[in-house]
Amino acid sequence: MAGRADGRGDGRGRQGHGQAGPGDGQPGDGPDGPALSRPARDGLVLGLAVGTSGLAFGAAAVAAGLSTVQACALSLLAYTGASQFALADAVAGGGLIAGTAGAIMLGSRNALYGLRLADLLRVRGAVRLLAAQGVTDESTAVALAQHGRTAARSGFRATFASLYLTWNLATLAGAFGAGRLGSPQSFGLDVVGPAAFLALIWPRLRAGWTERGVGLLGAAMALATTPFLPPGVPVILAAFAALAGALAAPEPELQPQAGPAPR
Amino acid sequence: MTGTWAAVLVTAAGCYALKLAGLAVPRRVLERRWVRRFAELVPVALLAALTAVQALSTGQSLSVDPARLAGLSAAVVALLLRAPFLVVIVVAAGTAAALRALGVA
Repeated sequence: MAGRADGRGDGRGRQGHGQAGPGDGQPGDGPDGPALSRPARDGLVLGLAVGTSGLAFGAAAVAAGLSTVQACALSLLAYTGASQFALADAVAGGGLIAGTAGAIMLGSRNALYGLRLADLLRVRGAVRLLAAQGVTDESTAVALAQHGRTAARSGFRATFASLYLTWNLATLAGAFGAGRLGSPQSFGLDVVGPAAFLALIWPRLRAGWTERGVGLLGAAMALATTPFLPPGVPVILAAFAALAGALAAPEPELQPQAGPAPR
Repeated sequence: MTGTWAAVLVTAAGCYALKLAGLAVPRRVLERRWVRRFAELVPVALLAALTAVQALSTGQSLSVDPARLAGLSAAVVALLLRAPFLVVIVVAAGTAAALRALGVA
């Protein structure tokens, strides 16, 4: 595996215990055990919890007419939930070409995340080829919530590893009908996604009025268009809220504590 | 069947290409002030939108699932109390699960 080294060596001395993550290093958090940094632990748990929704994808894909191998290939290779569900819908509905185009279009939000992650991860060559596959809502959210590059990378890696593994195993299990054994909803796992995203952007929302405005506008735009647009598209539309924010207030408000460390 | 495989593989290739494209944008583009600010704000906008959509819709219809909403509200309370990340998601999932188990919501 080309990416094993994946930046693991650099900056190991400054793991940033107690300063990373949502909640901004409140005193009660204390230092973590030596085994796992906090960004890594947060990422691992988020990946495990959110990855279970692969059960729903596996079941939906097979119900739509994909074979188990095709469902697993999508999770292994496309590895982005919104696009995968959209393609399953298209296979069920028949419009394969339009459906494929739509599924790919939904992947564009990962390209937008990449713009931010490029600076946080600073990966090149083979490591970048591997890291690219890991760009998802979850890994972006965890990386973004950290202070400093080392913590961001560690959070990204942990989320990628645990979500990739869980999502793919859950897809396989779901395709074999494991979804009928018990609903992830009964464990409240459907709340994990929204609660985690909110928790992870919380420090950004506290960083300034522009962030809060952009977050609110993005959420409002997505909700308002949800009834009229195919699933996934409303969330991409929210990028226009970010564009409006960037054009209206190109300078971050001066608040040295809130942003990522200066570089 | 061949058509389905083609759709699967083209989707996978397209999704990967988009992920890579974002990471591979040249540094000098990202150094422009408004692009940099846009890149900073994009995850805030998209993840806020995702939170709202996942919390308040099912498929294409807006809907309120009381247990889910209660779970998310519990998460907000935990965040206001400055709870660590893992506590926030355990509180959120636990609230929704408990309300469903009790048949309250």
